[in-house]
Formats: sequence, structure tokens, C-alpha cells
Amino acid sequence: MKALHGFAGFALRRTLGAVVTLLAISVIVYVVFYAAPGDVAQITCGPRCSPAQVHQVAEQLRLDDPLYVRYLHFLQGVVAGHDYSTGTSVEHCSAPCLGLSYQSDQQVTQLILAKLPVTGSLALGAMVLWLLLGVGTGVLAAWRRGRLDERILTGITLAGWATPVFVIGLLLMVLICGQLQLLPFPQYVPFTEDPEQWAWNLLLPWLSLALIEAAKYARLTRSAMLETLAEDHVRTFRAYGVGERAIVGRHALRGAVGPLIALNANDLGSLFGGAVLTESLFGLPGIGRELVHAVNVVDLPVVVGLVVLTGFFVVLANAVADLLYAVADRRTVLS
Amino acid sequence: MASEGARASTETVLAPASGVRQFWRRLRVQRAALVAASVVALLVLLALAAPLLSAVEGQDPTTYHPDLVDSARGGVPVGTFGGLSADHWLGVEPQTGRDLFARLVYGARVSLGVALAATVVEVTVGLVMGIAAGYGNRWVDQALSRFTDVVVALPLMVMSLALLAIVPSGFPRPVLVAVVIGLIGWGSIAKIVRAQTLTLKQLDHVAAARLSGWSSWRIARRELLPALAAPVITYAALLFPVNISAEAALSFLGAGVKPPTPSWGQMLTSANVWYQAAPQYLLLPAGLLFVTVLALTVLGDGVRRALDPRAASRLSVGTGRKKEARA
Amino acid sequence: MSTDGTLVEVTDLSVGYGSVRAVDALSFRLERGAALGLVGESGSGKSTVASALLGLHRGTGAVVQGTVRVAGVDVGAASEAELRRLRGGTAAMVFQDPLSSLDPYYAVGDQIAEVYRVHHKASRRAARARAVQVLDRVGIPDAVRRARARPHEFSGGMRQRALIAMALACEPELLVADEPTTALDVTVQAQILDLLHTLREETGMGLLLVTHDVGVAAESVDDVLVMRNGVEVEHGPVATVLGSPARTYTRRLLKSVPRVDVPRARRPAEAEQGQEPTSAEVVLEAVGVRRVFGRGARAFAAVDDVSLQVRRGEALGIVGESGSGKTTLGRMLVGLLDPSAGQVRREGVAVRGVRPDVQMVFQDPVSSLNPRRSVGESVADPLRARGERDPAVRERVLALLERVGLEPAHYDRYPHEFSGGQRQRIGIARALAADPRVLVCDEPVSALDVTTQAQVVELLDELRRELGLALVFIAHDLAVVRQVSDRLAVMRRGRVVEHGPADEVYESPREAYTRQLLAAVPVLDPGLAALRRAERRELTVTQM
Repeated sequence: MKALHGFAGFALRRTLGAVVTLLAISVIVYVVFYAAPGDVAQITCGPRCSPAQVHQVAEQLRLDDPLYVRYLHFLQGVVAGHDYSTGTSVEHCSAPCLGLSYQSDQQVTQLILAKLPVTGSLALGAMVLWLLLGVGTGVLAAWRRGRLDERILTGITLAGWATPVFVIGLLLMVLICGQLQLLPFPQYVPFTEDPEQWAWNLLLPWLSLALIEAAKYARLTRSAMLETLAEDHVRTFRAYGVGERAIVGRHALRGAVGPLIALNANDLGSLFGGAVLTESLFGLPGIGRELVHAVNVVDLPVVVGLVVLTGFFVVLANAVADLLYAVADRRTVLS
Repeated sequence: MASEGARASTETVLAPASGVRQFWRRLRVQRAALVAASVVALLVLLALAAPLLSAVEGQDPTTYHPDLVDSARGGVPVGTFGGLSADHWLGVEPQTGRDLFARLVYGARVSLGVALAATVVEVTVGLVMGIAAGYGNRWVDQALSRFTDVVVALPLMVMSLALLAIVPSGFPRPVLVAVVIGLIGWGSIAKIVRAQTLTLKQLDHVAAARLSGWSSWRIARRELLPALAAPVITYAALLFPVNISAEAALSFLGAGVKPPTPSWGQMLTSANVWYQAAPQYLLLPAGLLFVTVLALTVLGDGVRRALDPRAASRLSVGTGRKKEARA
Repeated sequence: MSTDGTLVEVTDLSVGYGSVRAVDALSFRLERGAALGLVGESGSGKSTVASALLGLHRGTGAVVQGTVRVAGVDVGAASEAELRRLRGGTAAMVFQDPLSSLDPYYAVGDQIAEVYRVHHKASRRAARARAVQVLDRVGIPDAVRRARARPHEFSGGMRQRALIAMALACEPELLVADEPTTALDVTVQAQILDLLHTLREETGMGLLLVTHDVGVAAESVDDVLVMRNGVEVEHGPVATVLGSPARTYTRRLLKSVPRVDVPRARRPAEAEQGQEPTSAEVVLEAVGVRRVFGRGARAFAAVDDVSLQVRRGEALGIVGESGSGKTTLGRMLVGLLDPSAGQVRREGVAVRGVRPDVQMVFQDPVSSLNPRRSVGESVADPLRARGERDPAVRERVLALLERVGLEPAHYDRYPHEFSGGQRQRIGIARALAADPRVLVCDEPVSALDVTTQAQVVELLDELRRELGLALVFIAHDLAVVRQVSDRLAVMRRGRVVEHGPADEVYESPREAYTRQLLAAVPVLDPGLAALRRAERRELTVTQM
């Protein structure tokens, strides 16, 4: 009963903490982008704008208002939504309103929602692969610790850990799609349209991401398991005749679960905010590519919206991870 | 007897007592780390001697050679193997005809320089914030830790991409890239330093120093900083290759260093179109990037083992920063 | 399985790690149902012997020579499968630290069930039922529910009971207990020892008890084997070895063991003068001090309304079990912690923060010295902090090192080159460098071997007399405290429950808690131990 109460309290505190962190992120991002050196209106409008046009833009961006007023207006949009007049009609931008794209006049929220399935497909599929690959390799490495095959395995994961994803992705793409022509150059096909094509086209991006990520999971699994294997309670079970298989599989792996949850949450969170490199490399129309586009045309509302969204995903994933972690290891709650 | 537990928990902070000599001894026995160190040394040399090397070749990284590319065929380099010749040791760049060798060695300067500067920024900010949070009172700690949490939650790639877009172009670009990567990436170092400081603060010899009558500043300098060196160096060694990746990634996306400054990441941007006509245009920067990052990572791993065989296994886990530079 | 009466037979056992010989040519036998105590100071190789009985050195790189037979099984030659059957099935082990000896992630009952299923073909359900049964057997209340709890939800004593339950699960013939009570408070230690005694009476299992504490051995075993540096010093019935030791080392060891039932030895000079320090001035005083940790619902008072006086030149002992607040009180007295309420007064003046005239000697000889600085520089700290310079500083430090029994050449050495006892001496020298009037010692000898303990206690007592220092001696060990204190304060849950002249408190304690504490201290006389066991049983009954 006491533990439950403790957990509820912990969950509440953790959620409040997440909200505060998110607010702080939005403030920082907003201030950084709108108070950055340089004429925002000029940058937003582009180098070829006339002074009159620049002035018009400044008005639209409410640049004459103090920064905190603009931020509060932005926050109001996120919480309650806004109405925008587009000359002839009034457009309603509902609750989590992140503003309008300066380039396309589209609502940023709509823009993001349209891209989310692509990024989501990429992230979730890659996650399944990297968990299988990474944790499997890690367990094997802990099990065979010290032997030659383990050392080779560890060496390979180190190489994977070190490679930037776009290098491995680029090489894979050139090799598999270009030279060997085993797979088509990836092109996003929605799952709802053709699940088979969806999977075939995403296979290469998944693989590229998973190969990189798996290295990290293998190392984490291995080191967490080895750390547990050095602990006193493992000695207890050895002294009671428990076999090595049960010790590695039950007791050592259990010790790695917490850190794995934490790492996975963080990875998934930031991937949902846009796998910028992977999407750009394979030309997948997801959130990351949208960000690159928005950055190139200096579409500030979209940029700010996307950065805040990524922060939201990271904070959300970490909060969920902490709660899962607390369930998995109740000591964190009680201490 | 009763101190066995205490001994185990403080061992990590007390371990690297005998300093530099023992560090070298432990590093020397790791063959992989030694090979990696030589590779890194070679790369550094390459970067430092870039002007000399290209002078020997008789080329520079920025001069266009329109005569060496076939504009009728979209700019494919003339000649075999992407325009390989005695004048151009590694061939020329498609479309522009700039010398590939010169661009690669100059690219090494950018890559290593930016990553080093970014790491220095990260370590400096991380140390200051971490010690302040760990040694300060509850309010200072609360405020700084919260702020650190926020910074850690900011996605490195997304944030730096966006930041680099809005800063006016007057700044020297490589410096800017280094500062941006550094200012977003110090969170994890600060967290480690804070945790270590909190542990150290509990140790009796720090209490004894207080009883001796020393000031807080002197205690931080004499009792804390030396003990923090090991974890900070370890972590910096692991961050360095991550920053190489980050710079290459930003340049790959067009947000890093701007042309005509050569950069490996930038070269890869258009390389996949040319892989048949000029394979070295793809393979050389990719290979160099891979070797650099791998060598630095192996070296960092060796440093970690040499400095702190026990605590280090925890440092390599869940840093939450590493993958973003590569995702 | 052998049919004769021998349960354990160790012949010429040697264990080496690299160039170090932990155990050298040790032989002994243990009959079925008998109890043998392996007693020795740290580094004597006693735990190594315990591990060797279960073949735990296999695969660790240790070189084992000689033969070990447990219930007819040759441990050295046994196959992996045989060894696994032996471990837990025939011989079960109980370790020192009950918290780290259990997997933090699984329920205690499940861990016992897991071990049970290794040795018996049983369903999960049956194994769990067995776990509940043994947990109940070792005296864990509400065993059905507690079996589902994880180790951290148990107190230290409960965890050790759970480990004993795990040992009992497969009804072993031999119980190997490696320092089973060292991490526990004295009252809990007494309970665990009593439990082991009862279990042995009931099940008839043999016991091999490894301990550094001669008193613990006296309470629990029939035979005792004293070890030193890996070899046997003396072996025989416990009453003989402890009553009339044949060897010098044993005699020295026994002489070093502090006695709770023997009053403090006073120097003849002191006794003649009849010096009663009660009239002396008060140098340090706590007035209603309270210290709260945590906030809101989690706030708890580690020290609650404590008032104490320390007079010039006297030794005040403070005893208490873990969590009694004695360390927190000590830190407030020296100013490392400020009280949440109340005052700490020095020479009658309320002060906050640290001041050089009240110094501290710390418990842990490992963490109390900066590993990166030479010990001379550490000792010099208080001198340099008040602006003194070489060569005066060096001269003074050398004198101090010499005074605490170290050599001048030690000035430039580093802490890792010293033993625990030497490090405590360095810590004392550093404290003295500040010319304090009060020395607060927080468990100054609890990490040391008993012979070293005696020397450090002796040193502190000498310094007190020589320099007119007031000593505050904080410890959990009632016997050690008795050997230094003029006055005694007994702490429990943040409060001082009894306070008075030391001999009075020890001889005729007023509070039930003090009586309970004193009854729990192991004594060296095995005959007396049985009596006291009965006495404890009564006390517990009246207390609960």
C-alpha cells in the first residue's frame, strides 16, 4: 500500500517535472530563434525582399511586440488554439497550434501530422531491429566473455558504434541498390496503401539505423550484465549450485533491463522528432527532412514547432522510461 | 571489517591515485589502443601538414579545373579512375575539377579542428556547471540540474541544424559550428561531474580539509578537481569522435561549414550520384571519416580502461547524446 | 555418501592467488553436527577456507592444493554437476553482507524457490510453498506476504534471516557462515546467533563459522581454530583455547579484545590523584540540538533534542546502533553540519560552522585521506591554512608523525602505502596539527583489526592525558567505548536514552534498552554465553 502511494507520488512528481522541462525548452527555443542576432523579418522574407515587404513581414510576425508577449501568444496557441485571418476567410488553428508556416501558409501542426507516419514507420521498425540485434549480441558477449569470439564481436560493435549513420547508409545504398540492385532506391509507400512495398522500401533505412544503434545496445547490455555478474548476489547463486545459464539469463540480464529501457526511450524519443540524417539520405518525406527544408528556407514557425516537438518527444519518452524503470526497479521510488 | 562496503563504493573515486605513470602503463598494454593512437597521430599530422602536402602535389583545394571534367556528360572527370594522374594524386572532384587530395587533407583540418574545439567547449561548460551544481547549495543545484536536464533533452542534430541556419553569415563558419555543437552537447559532462562531485563531497578527506580551515575554493581546487580529471578526460575522449560525426553530419546536410571550405561531410552530399564514374569521390571521404571516428573511439575506449577500469564501464552507457549525431 | 561421522575433512589445503599464499597447509576435521569456528584477523585466510569448502575457487585463477572432502565428496575432483549438487544441497553458505547477497530485482521467496528447484524436482508452486515454510522457520513474521517482498524492503537482520532460510531450504548437512553478523547491529547479531544455535539443535547440521570476532565464536561453536597469515595457530575446544591459550598470538589476540564486563584500566597516576574531571570547565556543549534530513513527508529527525556537555580533559563515550544518530551528532559537534534547531556552544559561546579547536578523527581509513597527496601534506593542511610556512610546518608535521607512532620518512609517502591502523594514526596527527581542545572520534577503530584497535585506542587515551584534550568517542561497540570513556551517553533513534558516569551505566543500567544492548554483547566465556542466551530470551519476551 505504501509502495503504491509512493509510486503514485513519484509518477505525479515525474509528470510535473516533465511539464516544467518542456516549458523551459519552449522558452529557450523561442528566445533563441526569435531573439537571435540578425533581422528576423529580413531573414524570414529572404534576401530579395523590398523594405516594404520586410515591414509587412515584421508586422505579421508581431515583431513590434516585446518578446515575452510573442512567446505568451505562442503558448496560448499551443494550449487554446488561434484564429488566423487569411484575407478573405478566417482559418481556425485548433488546440496544439504551433503557428502557420511562413512559406506555405499551412498550419505547422497539420504539416507535422502529415509527416509523422513516415518518421514513425522508420523509427519503430528500426527499433525492433536494433533491439533484436543489439541485445542479442550483448547477451552473447557477456555469456562468452573473455573468449576470442567475444572479443571479435566487441570489436565489431565498436566499429558500428563509431560509424556515422549517413556513411553506412550511403555505402549500403550504393552497394545494394546501385551495384547489386537487390532493393529499389527507397521511396516511401504508406503502410495503408501497400504494406509489402512499405516494408521493402523501408528495409534499407531500417537496417542502416539499426546497425548503428545496435552497437550501442550491445555494449550497454554487455557492460550492464558484466557489472551485475561481478556483484555479490551472483556469488550467492553460484554458491547454491545455480547454473551459469540461469545466472546469465535470469540474474545478469535483469540488471540490464533498467538501463536498456532508459536508452531506448531516449533514442525513440529523439528519432520521432526526426531522423534528420536517415531521412535526408534516403529521401524519405518525414519530419527530419521537413526540418532540413524549413531550415534552408528559414521558415521560423516550422523550425520552432519542430524543435519544440522533438523536445516534447524526448521529454515524453524519458518520463515514460522513468515510470517503466520505477516499475521494473522499485528501489528508485523508495529511495 | 565494517568498512568493506564503504571501500567498494569509494574505490571508483579513489582508484586512479598513482597518476600519469600508471595511466601510460595501462594504456601501453592495449594493442588496439596503440594502433588507434598511431592512426590518430597520422591524421593529425596530415591535417597540420595540409598546406605543405598540397604544395608538394602542386595543387590547392579551391582552384577549379573545368578542363578536367567533361561538361557534356554532366561533369564526369576526364580520364580513368576519376581523373587520377601524376598532377592529381587522387583524381578530381566531379563537376568542378578541384583536386581531391588537397580537399581531403584540408578537410581533415576542419574535421579535427571543429571537433576538438567543440569538445573543449563541452568540457569547460560541463565542468563549471557540474561543479557548481554539485558543490553549491540546494537551490543552486536544483536550478542548474533542471537547466542541464533541459539542455540534455534538446536534440543535438535538430537544434544545431536550426541554430546554424539563423546565425548571420558574418561569423567564421567552422568556429560557429564548433560553438553550436559544444553549447548543445555539454549536458552529459555536467551530469557526470555533478554526480562525481556529490560523491567526493561525502568523502571524509574533503570534510577533513574543511576542518583544516581551507576555503571552499581551495577545497574545490585541491580535493575535487584532481579527482574529477579521470572521469572528465575519459568522457571527453568518448565525446571527441561523436563531435567528428556531428560536424560531418551537419556539413552533409549543408548546415555545417560552407563551400568553398572543404569538409568530408560536405563531399559526401553529392557523392552518391557519382559512385560509378568517380568511386573514390564517395569512398575516400567515407573511408577517412570511418577510420577517424573508429580510431578515436578505440583510443577513447583505451583511455577509459587505462584511467578507471571499474567506473568506466558505467560511463559508456546511456549517454543519450551519442546517437543523435548519427540518427 | 560416507557413513562415518566425518562431515568435513580438509587435508593440507593451500590456496594461492598469484604469488600470495592465502592459505598454507591447513588441515582440520568437522564431525557431523559439530560446530567449528575459524577465527582470525583480516588477511588470515579464513574466508578463503570457507570458499574452498564449496569449490568456489574453481575458475577464478586461484591455485588450490590439498584435498577438501565435504560429506564424502572430493571438492577438488568433483565434476561440475556433482559440485552443483553439493553447493546448496549438501553444504549451504551464508555471506557477510545480507543486502548485496540477494538479487535486488526478485522477490525473496522467489530466490529461495529458485535455489530449491535447482536441487529438487518441484513445481514452482511447491517451491514457493517451501520458501514460505523456511522463511517462517527462521522467524520472519507473516512469511506468506513477506516472501513476495524484495530484499530492500527487509531490514538488515531480516535479510540475514532470509539468507539463512535460503540455506535451510534444501536441508543441508553443513552450514558455512562467513562473517554472518559482521554487518549487523549488536542486538540483531545476538538474535541471528541465537537463531543459528536453535536451528543447529533442531536439524543437527554441522556449522563452520568464519569470524574475526572471538566473542561471536565463543557464543556459537564447540571447537575453534585460530588462523594467522594462512596458517593454523591453535586448534581445540573453544573453552580451552579461549580459557587457557597455548600460543603467544592467541594470548595477544585475546588480550586485545575489549571487554564490556571489565572496567576501564586507569593509569596508577590517575587513580592516585583521584582526578575527577567533573569539576573542569565545559569546552563543548550541545544544547537541545536537532537535525532534520529531507523535507515534507519524508523529513525525519536524525538527532532530536540532544543536550550534552564535554568537559576539559575528559572522555565522553557515545554508543548507539546504526541509525541512532550518533554520527550526525558528531558532525554537528565539529561544525560539519549545522543543527536544524538548538545550539552548539564552544566555551559557552554559540557557534556555527567549523573551527580549528574542535577536530575530528574519521571512521574510514580509506576515504579520510586524499589519495593524491602525500600524507605529510595532508597533516600539514591545518598549519598551512592558518598561514604557517616551511620549514616550521615540516618540522611540526614530523614531530606529529613521530608522536602518533610513525616515522619521519613517511612524510612523502602516499596513503595507499599504509595499513588501516597507520592511516588512522595519520588522521589523528592531522587532527592534532590544528591544536584542538576537543577531538571528536567517529568510529575511529571500527574498521580495524582487534589488535590494531587496541593500539589506536591506547594512543588516543595517551594523547588525551598528555595534551589535556577532551575526547568524544563515538562507536557502536560497547566494549571498545568502555575502555576509553569517563562518561557515557547511550543513543537510540536520535535521542540520548541514558547518560552518566561510564562505570555506573555499564554496571547498573537504568534503561531497558541499555540492558538489552549490554546483554547482546558477546562474551568470551562459552559457559557464560549459554547463560546470557537464556537471559536475552527473557529480555526479548519482556520487551516485545
